[in-house]
Amino acid sequence: MSKEKILEKSFLLIALSSISILALIAFFIFQQGIPLMWKVGLNSFLLGDRWFPSKESFGIFPMIVGSFWVTLGSLIVGVPLGMACAVFLSELTHPTIAMILRPMIQLLAAIPSVIYGFWGLIVLVPLIRDSLGGPGLSILAGSLVLGIMILPTIISISEDSLRALPRTYKEGAFSLGATHWQTIWRVLLPAARSGIVASIILGMGRAIGETMAMIMILGNATQLPNSILSSARTLTTNIGIEMGYASGDHRQALFATGVVLFFIIMGLNSLALILSRKGRA
Amino acid sequence: MKISRHHTQGLAKGVIWVAAFSTLAVMFWILYQVLREGLPLLNLGFFLQAPRQMGRAGGIFSTIIGTLALTVVAIIIATPLGVGTAIFLREYTRESRVSRIIRFGTDCLAGVPSIIFGLFGFVFFVIFLRMGWSILSGGLTLASMILPTIISTAEEAIKSVPYTYREVSFALGGTRWQTIRKVVLPNAIPGILTGVLLGVGRSVGETAAVILTAGSSFITPDSLFSPIRTMAVHFYILAREGISMEMAYATGAALILLILAINTVANWMMYRYVHKA
Repeated sequence: MSKEKILEKSFLLIALSSISILALIAFFIFQQGIPLMWKVGLNSFLLGDRWFPSKESFGIFPMIVGSFWVTLGSLIVGVPLGMACAVFLSELTHPTIAMILRPMIQLLAAIPSVIYGFWGLIVLVPLIRDSLGGPGLSILAGSLVLGIMILPTIISISEDSLRALPRTYKEGAFSLGATHWQTIWRVLLPAARSGIVASIILGMGRAIGETMAMIMILGNATQLPNSILSSARTLTTNIGIEMGYASGDHRQALFATGVVLFFIIMGLNSLALILSRKGRA
Repeated sequence: MKISRHHTQGLAKGVIWVAAFSTLAVMFWILYQVLREGLPLLNLGFFLQAPRQMGRAGGIFSTIIGTLALTVVAIIIATPLGVGTAIFLREYTRESRVSRIIRFGTDCLAGVPSIIFGLFGFVFFVIFLRMGWSILSGGLTLASMILPTIISTAEEAIKSVPYTYREVSFALGGTRWQTIRKVVLPNAIPGILTGVLLGVGRSVGETAAVILTAGSSFITPDSLFSPIRTMAVHFYILAREGISMEMAYATGAALILLILAINTVANWMMYRYVHKA
C-alpha cells in the first residue's frame, strides 16, 4: 500500500474514533442503567412519583415534570428575547455594531454555568422570596436563569438563518410597498422558519441538559412541584446531586435517569438536524 | 383612531431595541455582580497560597494547577483527533455516506449534556479503565466534550483555504499529504487555534463532568493519576455549601477574568485571521 493510501486510511480511522465516543457513551450508560429500569419496571420507573433511594423506591416522574416545567419556562423567557436579538442583529442595526455585539453574545455562551447559578442564587432567589413568597429556590428562578443561558444558541442560529435569506425576498417585499417591519414579520421570519425552529429545539436541548446552575437555584425537592414558586428537581440535577455518594442500585438508578435524558436529547438533536438541513435545501 | 402600519413598525422596532439591550444589560449585570464583590479580594497571595480550612482561608493555588493540568490533558488529546477528523472530512472525502455519518455523530456529540459526559467518564475512565478520580480521567472526559467544537472550527478553517492553493500545489507535483501539510494546514492554523481556545474556555468553565471524573481534592497533584479540584468546582463547592461567600466571590471573579481573557483572544483571532481570509 502506498504512503498516501496509508495516510488516507489513518485519517478515516481518526474520524471514526472521534464519533465512536458517542457510541461508547451510549453503550456504557445503557449498560449501567437499563438493567435497573428492567428490575424496577419501566412504568414504575418513569411514572412512579416516589424517589426514596434508601427504600429502594425509584420513581423519576417528579424529575420529568420538573425538567418539563423548567424547560418550558426557559423557552417562554428565551424565545422572544432571542428572536428579538436575532432580528436586531440581522436587520435593525448597522453591520459594524452587529460585529461588535456578536462577540458579546458569544461571551454569554462562555460564562460558566456555575456563575449563572451563583447569580441566580444571590440575585433572583432573594428577589422572588421577598416579592412573591415561597422559598425563592423555585421553578421561576430556574426558568429565568435558563432562559438567559439558552439565548446564545437561539440568537446565533436564528440570526444565521435570517442572514442566509436571499436579498431578493427583501427587495420584493419593499417594492410591493411593505414597511421594513412588515417585511421582517411577514416575509423574512416565515422564510427563515426552519432555522429558527431548529435554534429553539437546540436551545431546548441545552435547557434540559443544564445541571450545575439548576442544582444551585431549584431547591431540589423530590416532590411533584405544584406551582412556579415551588422547589423542583430535574433529571440532570437528580444525577448531579446524588452521584457523589450513590452506590449499588441507587447509582444504577441515576444512570437510568441518564438513559432517559440521553433519549430526550438525541430525539431533540435529530429533529433540529433534520429541520436545519431542510432549511438549507 | 386607526393604527397605521408605520405606527406598528415604530412600536415593533422599539420593543426589539429594548429586548436587545435588556439582554446585554443582564449579561453585564451577571458579570458586574460577581466582579464588584470579588475583584477587591484578589491579590497575589490569593493566587499563590494553597486553600486552607476547606477553602475558608488561604488562596486557590492548587485549584489553578488543577484547572491547568486538566485543560492541558484535554487539549493534547482532543486537538489531534479533532483536526484529523476535520482533515478527513474536508480533504479525503466528498459528501458520502461515511462523511454524513461522521457529521451526524459530531453534531449529536455537541448536543450531549455535560452531566452525561460526567456519567460516561465516571463509568468508563474512572471505573472500567481503573484510572480513578484523576487528572487523566477528567482530561479524557473533557477531551470528548470539546471534540465537536474543535472539529467544527477546524473544518471551517480548512474550508476557508482557497481551492486554488491546492490546485497550485498539485500542479507543482505535490502529493495530497504534502499539500495538506505544507499548504492547507499552515493557512488554517489561526482558525484551528481559535477552536482550541474555545475548547480551553469550555474546559475551564466546566463543572458537572469534572466533579464526577477528577474528584474535588484540593491537595496539589503530583501525577496524572492524582485527583484534583478545578477553579470552577472550587467555586461551586464554596457557594453551594456556603463555606465562604467571600472566597466564592473571589474565586468567581478570577474565573470570570480567565474566561474573559480566553474569549477576547479567541474572538480577536477569529476576526483577524478567519473572517479576513
